[in-house]
Amino acid sequence: MNELLVPFAYEYMVKAMWVSALVGAVCAFLSAYLMLKGWSLMGDALAHAIVPGVSGAYLLGLPYAAGAFIAGLLASAGMFFIRQQSRLREDAIIGLVFTTFFAAGLLMVSLNPTSVNVQTIILGNILGISDSDAWQVIIISVISLAILIVKWKDLMLVFFDEAYAQTVGLNPTWLKILFFTLLSACTVAALQTVGACLVIALVVTPGATAYLLTDRFERLLMISVAFGTITSFVGAYLSYFVDGATGGVIVTLQTILFLVAFLFAPKHGLYASRRQARLVTADGGEPVALKEPTV
Amino acid sequence: MTVAHTASNSGEPSGQRTASLTVENVTVTYPNGNTALRDASFNLGPGTICALVGVNGSGKSTLFKAIMGFLTPQAGSVRIAGLPARDALKKNLVAYVPQSEDVDWNFPVLVEDVVMMGRYGHMGFLRHPSTTDHEKVTDALTRVGMTDYRNRQIGELSGGQKKRVFLARALAQEGRIILLDEPFTGVDVKTESAIVGLMRELRDAGHLMLVSTHNLGSVPDFCDQVVLMDKTVLAAGPTEETFTQANLELTFGGVLRHFRLEGSALHDDEDTRGVTVLTDDERPVVFYGHQQNETAPVRPKSDTDNSNDQDGEK
Ligand SMILES: Nc1ncnc2c1ncn2[C@@H]1O[C@H](COP(=O)(O)OP(=O)(O)O)[C@@H](O)[C@H]1O
Ligand SMILES: [Mg+2]
Repeated sequence: MNELLVPFAYEYMVKAMWVSALVGAVCAFLSAYLMLKGWSLMGDALAHAIVPGVSGAYLLGLPYAAGAFIAGLLASAGMFFIRQQSRLREDAIIGLVFTTFFAAGLLMVSLNPTSVNVQTIILGNILGISDSDAWQVIIISVISLAILIVKWKDLMLVFFDEAYAQTVGLNPTWLKILFFTLLSACTVAALQTVGACLVIALVVTPGATAYLLTDRFERLLMISVAFGTITSFVGAYLSYFVDGATGGVIVTLQTILFLVAFLFAPKHGLYASRRQARLVTADGGEPVALKEPTV
Repeated sequence: MTVAHTASNSGEPSGQRTASLTVENVTVTYPNGNTALRDASFNLGPGTICALVGVNGSGKSTLFKAIMGFLTPQAGSVRIAGLPARDALKKNLVAYVPQSEDVDWNFPVLVEDVVMMGRYGHMGFLRHPSTTDHEKVTDALTRVGMTDYRNRQIGELSGGQKKRVFLARALAQEGRIILLDEPFTGVDVKTESAIVGLMRELRDAGHLMLVSTHNLGSVPDFCDQVVLMDKTVLAAGPTEETFTQANLELTFGGVLRHFRLEGSALHDDEDTRGVTVLTDDERPVVFYGHQQNETAPVRPKSDTDNSNDQDGEK
């Protein structure tokens, strides 16, 4: 029993668990929105697009978060601009922007081999995070969470029905810019915990899992955030025992829970749909949902 | 181009004159360079149901989005209740019922959540619904007969039910000006008449409704004004003057299905007028005689006060 409490005895482990949990929470919050628009890959694109910003910041001796954030914003703005001005589809745009930035990042890193450890960016290193980096992550996450908690309904309306959001006096363009700013900021934070390659999991899996469990956005947010927080905390904890690779453990946990939901979700799970299909054919009737009411 | 000024219905309630809509020389070009609307103008007053008629791609949805300020016109202006669009929206004057293609039916929201969205403009910073907001949602759901479905996810409804949910959202919002984008598409006749009934009630309460539709046959039945469109406003004005065979042929070009039956083939009497049936894809519109100015369009049989006067004409 005592052995299970060992991680809590180390300060670096405690720090890793709490910081991971915080990052997991914000990313999960954002994932609920991204998934609804088919924008999930945007998280991946941003995570990679941030690399030149990080190496540039190291080069100039700036805080890494500032450089990463600027690169993230440039990438979002780039994607948004191409979307507006061309007939290209989202996937092509994301691919173009993301590879351009990532290539520039790798080039910068290879030209200044000492400036930054690529492996840290790509794989993350939460167990070895410095106090100043940890504070950067905490500040970014707390501010983002606070904004999301205040604005979640406005954002929901914009994601659901932009034109209507306009009619009730919201400004959809502003809210979208806000959203992508938050996404860029949180990708920067997630880079520290799971690394660029796995950020995509943090901003997709929790939302996707919650989507299978509820039909109501408010609950979807709550499930998603709880899911992201707990898996990140537990993942960081477990990584003590498997020695390193925090990102890998967190994402594996999330994937396992997603599979459980995929199979057993009460309404949208695989078994539930099968069962319903069998009931309907046995009745020979239509599912209730399709019956027309009297006006 | 005809720009009609609404002769507002007599007996219109005072203090509700605010519902008006002026579209002046509006041109909208999409970012990809496609000009979907050029120099569109018309003018509507309170207590009006106005039909927006045109083929697919004629710019009806674009016009709605320009009125809502969602698309910024390259030229021209929109004034709602005498205010610039942005100010009118802030005052919650405009409600919008989107066309079905514009809605993400897989979005995880329940019927009552959607209707509650109509109240957002009335709520505070955190959008926390008050008791009044909950009451208005329930009222709106009752008026469209959807209370039994309030806890359904929106994708699990029939076409007609979906339309009614979005209508309820517009009701809950209490906008004086309601924009309805193809509310009758994919809807059965029963739901259509329920929606029309509701629109008539709203008209009597002084609301202004702009409704795009392909059901040409029901236009003379419930719309007092018509705007005919093909990437611009071809004609606008009172239904009797504007909704004519000539104007419709102008609007639809060769797209309309067109039947003509000569008088002698129809009946054995002195009445030599033929019948022209024009149909887009839904309810046809029927004209007696050769030229549009000979008669107004015939109203559908369902309209009780009109079922017998076809023979009495002329
Ligand atoms: N987002 C858009 N970008 C570019 N062109 C568009 C866009 N939306 C609509 N259009 C074009 O504008 C024209 C008018 O479309 P629309 O207003 O939707 O017509 P309607 O509602 O009358 O069927 C069409 O040619 C359509 O292809
Ligand atoms: Mg349309």
